[in-house]
Amino acid sequence: MAANRGFTPVPWAAAGGDPPCHIVAAGGAAYGNLKARMEDIIKTEELGFDYIRRNENGEVECIVRAVDDVNISVKKGEFVVILGANGSGKSTLAKHLNALLKPTDGTVWVDGMDTAEDGLLWEVRRTAGMVFQNPDNQIIGQVVDEDVAFGPENLGVPGPELPGRVEESLKAVDIYGLKDSPTISLSGGQKQRVSIAGILAMHPTCIVLDEPTAMLDPAGRKEVMRALLALNDVEEITVIHITHNMDEAVNADRIIVMDHGKVALSGTPTQVFSRVEELLAYGLTVPDAVMLAYELRKAGIGIPEGIVTGPQLTEALINEYNH
Amino acid sequence: MKSIVLGQYYPADSLLHRLDPRVKLVSTFVYIISLFIVKDLPGYICVTVYLLAAVILSKVPPVKMLRGLSGIIFLMLITVIVNLFTIPGTPLLSFHGLHITVEGVYSAVRMMLRLVYLITGSSVMTFTTTPSALSDGLESLMKPLKIFRVPVHDIAMMISIALRFIPILSEETDIIIKAQKARCADFDSGNMVKRAKAFIPVLVPLFVSAFRRANDLATAMEARCYRGGDTRTRMKPLLYSGRDYLVYAADLALVTLCIMTRVML
Amino acid sequence: MNTIIEVRDLTFSYDDGSSGKPVIKGISFSVEKGGFIGIIGHTGSGKSTLLQLLIGLLKPRSGEILFDGEDIFSKGYDLKKLRSRVGLVFQYPEYQLFEENVFKDVCYGPANLGLTRKECELRAYEALKSVGLSDDCFYASPFELSGGQKRRAAIAGILAMKPEVLVLDEPTAGLDPAGRREIMNLILKLRKERDITVILVTHSMEDMASCAEKILVLDNGQIGYFDTPAKVFSHTEELESIGLSAPAVTYIMMELRKRGMDVPTDVIRPEDARDEIIAAFARRKA
Repeated sequence: MAANRGFTPVPWAAAGGDPPCHIVAAGGAAYGNLKARMEDIIKTEELGFDYIRRNENGEVECIVRAVDDVNISVKKGEFVVILGANGSGKSTLAKHLNALLKPTDGTVWVDGMDTAEDGLLWEVRRTAGMVFQNPDNQIIGQVVDEDVAFGPENLGVPGPELPGRVEESLKAVDIYGLKDSPTISLSGGQKQRVSIAGILAMHPTCIVLDEPTAMLDPAGRKEVMRALLALNDVEEITVIHITHNMDEAVNADRIIVMDHGKVALSGTPTQVFSRVEELLAYGLTVPDAVMLAYELRKAGIGIPEGIVTGPQLTEALINEYNH
Repeated sequence: MKSIVLGQYYPADSLLHRLDPRVKLVSTFVYIISLFIVKDLPGYICVTVYLLAAVILSKVPPVKMLRGLSGIIFLMLITVIVNLFTIPGTPLLSFHGLHITVEGVYSAVRMMLRLVYLITGSSVMTFTTTPSALSDGLESLMKPLKIFRVPVHDIAMMISIALRFIPILSEETDIIIKAQKARCADFDSGNMVKRAKAFIPVLVPLFVSAFRRANDLATAMEARCYRGGDTRTRMKPLLYSGRDYLVYAADLALVTLCIMTRVML
Repeated sequence: MNTIIEVRDLTFSYDDGSSGKPVIKGISFSVEKGGFIGIIGHTGSGKSTLLQLLIGLLKPRSGEILFDGEDIFSKGYDLKKLRSRVGLVFQYPEYQLFEENVFKDVCYGPANLGLTRKECELRAYEALKSVGLSDDCFYASPFELSGGQKRRAAIAGILAMKPEVLVLDEPTAGLDPAGRREIMNLILKLRKERDITVILVTHSMEDMASCAEKILVLDNGQIGYFDTPAKVFSHTEELESIGLSAPAVTYIMMELRKRGMDVPTDVIRPEDARDEIIAAFARRKA
């Protein structure tokens, strides 16, 4: 049992105590980054959604409010991470951005289009493409290039234009070499990148990813994250990435935290990760470096706030140590 | 479980891989008919030449082809034995009241060849054609049925998706069986009823999973703007080229020759 | 302590496809009674295969596995009994739930052991209680539960057989942080209360660092390391070369040390890192 010495089953941050913070509270616009002046690609206004649960006879059993009064807006070119525990409403929110679900209350705009309008359905879906969790359950083609072409084929893109679209999309996620491989032979991370390429081939402005890394191993997760950051950086595609892996949120422009169907926190990673106790209460956690910095600060070691990554923490500690 | 899937696609760059799937479907059909037309050596020579040409042109390693045959060894043995002993005619050997006749030997060899040729021939097609190309080809060939309101595109899409999920579901079956074995399930003892019942803990999760996958896939297809076949374009449209007409010519030649061996000889 | 599982020169290959290349290449190790062994390795390193071999779901090409001193692959060995004593929780175990309610599903294992109905029900009740599922879940359909609840119900299905060794293949995969915490706490609690030996496969180096007594590193079917977590995680470069890594805090400590702070580098748990850094600052002041 010696190896278990000191293990505390609950997260090791002591509860209680006010964390110092500068965050703007829930629902507020707390992003002061460079991209803020650009246009909104996604905007929700008082979005609410009810799931109706029926029993075997089709009678209404109960109504679950999955998303409640959500007001968010995402600028063109932003990289937004949505965090939230299971059942916090983040997937339901994501499905609204692709018009897979229509609001019970309120409105969702995708690039100025109201998603509730039937005539705009296909244009909404093309503009905000969506990637899902299970790599096996979203690949339709048996060969990589066939799968990537599926979306644009559905859009009626002329045949001669398709190979070019497939090529550029596969190159954007760095798997052009697998163009002719059977999809079944790919690793999880490769499959997810094929799915991302399949969305890119529809020339979207925005990609919404619903826990694309949840079923992957660490290597696959890294592959997908690298691809997403590159897309956002190089192709300037807006990324809305849903996850409960905190490390994937560190590089975001902005983090939105969902809890019980509502937006609980919104801000830059530095701002959000300074609210350690709140995040724990929402069933989440923070990256190890953040936790360590938080604990050290509490123990009276004078390191500045806003530390999110390991290198930032070591830098601050060494500065303080040599001071 | 994996060996059930006959002739999985073998990626290579060969003449046969580049052929239009419709040509391959029609050729396989013509080839099988020819197989049942021929009776004698000259006929078999024609078919053999055709088959050998196909195998060589496909660039699929012959070992792979032979492996496909291992699945039907038992069937071949039965065919040979039945033919050897049941065909009446000039006796060749006899022991314990069983007679082997000259006609029986001929027939056994013929039947065995037919089986081997049948499997090899159709696996040449599946080795060189991706299942999605196959379903595209099928869709195109069945187009005339649209007049009778047959949902040709939907059928082809279903076939293609089913083919894609067969390996995934078969692997899943394997895992579920093992997981239930880890809970001390016993699939190997007891009478038929008991054994069938023992599979409920495998079938229920498998169905649940299949439905979940179907649901996920439908959502994913919708998100990628799928709305039936009417407005779809194709990245790899089916277009005949010179080589396709050549193969059709070869098919015509094959079936003509085979009929000639029957009529003339 | 005495050895409960001993693996000797084990080699395994799948006969279909993959050209018969061995997936497990002559590995040997032993597990002490009451121990907590973590297994880490890149996808495809043979982890899941090894777990399946441990309860005789696969037959090795050569080598043996001794459970309580007996070779489980010897003729006439009672594998059913073995599987009740060594419980294997598969990855995403909730996908095996099949009964109309949770309680019945948990009874499935004990019933397969030929226990009386009453005994099955007693065991199911106890198992469900120990995984922390509340009574109102007992008669719910397994498909109505949340992800974390389903996973716990599935683990209860194995616990109801009262195993002495609990083998888990990535039990926290796909769960949110709270769910992961719950499962890891559950495993530690079970070990404490029931004195169970645990063999855990996970991709989370942080979980390994906080729970395991020994870590077995599998690389391409062979054992890379089999040692205490602190020692295994000190080989950061070697681990990275086989697609693994050390816990985040270990990297921080190594960097601090490199840049002149007086801290040890064999620190793998955040709480230890905190204490060491505080101590280093205190030493400097003094």
